[in-house]
Amino acid sequence: MPWDRNQMAERAAQELEDGMYVNLGIGIPTLVANYVGDKDITLQSENGMLGMGPFPYEGEEDPDLINAGKQTITELSRTSYFDSAMSFGMIRGGKIAAAILGAMEVAENGDLANWMIPGKLVKGMGGAMDLVAGVGRVIVVMDHTNKAGESKLLKTCTLPLTGKGVVDRIITNLGVLDVVPGGLKIVETADGVTEDELRAATEATIVG
Amino acid sequence: MQKVYANADEALDGLLKEGMLIAAGGFGLCGIPELLIDAIVKSGVRNLTVASNNCGVDGFGLGKLLDTKQISKMMSSYVGENAEFMRQYLSGELELEFNPQGTLAERMRAGGAGIPGFYTKTGVGTQIAEGKEVKSFDGEDYILERGIFADLSIVKAWKADDTGNLVFRKTARNFNPPAAMCGRVCVAEVEEIVPRGSLDPDLIHLPGIYVHRIVQGQHEKRIEQRTTRKKETA
Repeated sequence: MPWDRNQMAERAAQELEDGMYVNLGIGIPTLVANYVGDKDITLQSENGMLGMGPFPYEGEEDPDLINAGKQTITELSRTSYFDSAMSFGMIRGGKIAAAILGAMEVAENGDLANWMIPGKLVKGMGGAMDLVAGVGRVIVVMDHTNKAGESKLLKTCTLPLTGKGVVDRIITNLGVLDVVPGGLKIVETADGVTEDELRAATEATIVG
Repeated sequence: MQKVYANADEALDGLLKEGMLIAAGGFGLCGIPELLIDAIVKSGVRNLTVASNNCGVDGFGLGKLLDTKQISKMMSSYVGENAEFMRQYLSGELELEFNPQGTLAERMRAGGAGIPGFYTKTGVGTQIAEGKEVKSFDGEDYILERGIFADLSIVKAWKADDTGNLVFRKTARNFNPPAAMCGRVCVAEVEEIVPRGSLDPDLIHLPGIYVHRIVQGQHEKRIEQRTTRKKETA
């Protein structure tokens, strides 16, 4: 059985180590926060906050306290606030250990496309280009194939890039792959998914 | 040095000009200068270029200046919340310059710090790098981005003293300090103006040297995505 959204998030949470400062993207990456367990993880929200807390209780929403997805959130005892220039200074400066984000396409050389589809409505890259260029480790969490059943792990990205050669690890519903010289290397497969099935669903070169 | 003005119209008096570049603080609808935006709508000034991370939503924030077609160009990182924006952009009425969010913030900060350009690895090898100088430092490529020098900055803070020292609240700080810094003139709207001496000088987020005019007013502070959790019942 391929992993579902929560199982992918749970697997991604294993990438996080005690003491890390981490940025989580919108969608499945947001769910990763539910699986960090006892690990001491500080979440960054790139609109200017370290130590992001859970959603507020009903009636306690504060319009001055939102995350990068514009959702109301809360602060923790460790929280600090700062402006956007400092926020991206710590991102660009490599102070954030890891970013976990979604993608439309990943290529075998680590190229990432997740911000625009030409001809469709273009919303903008937000902070994604800064994050993938700057953080220590870029972990992509996404479905292995698109709605048409085509591989999202490609030899070359077809969509405009968010970053060139930036992805370190990919976690999909079928398994975990690392970007290595020459292509992608299978780290593990989801429970009940065989390596052959994962290879068959992958356009990118698999090495090793 | 009298920085305090009675209302947003007076605070902008004499500052608005056709074709000018305005840097605006705020992220989404959080910490946006709503009163000053309303006053700019009222002024009718046109052909504005606005550097702001987002462009409000339909009918609120900078979205109001789109409805009146006073903006001709936006410099932003994300504009996905606004149908009128898309309509004007796709019809060619509105020019859009996408900036990665951190690059936009740094361009403002740099402008305010007298830095006309800086190199960043953000966007290397992407569409953003097209037409920009690439320079290699220690074996890694960086692209040249320009500092933003705005004609006017409009920002929102929580508190000010009458000398213009500003204190922001939680994530409403966001782009406001860098936007304030990069303007030739900066007008700040705040929820409360307090007498000098009542803010702790160690806890000022933006010194008054960057702030030329201040206005106090009531803010709607609209929430874009109201997300909550349920209280566990014992």
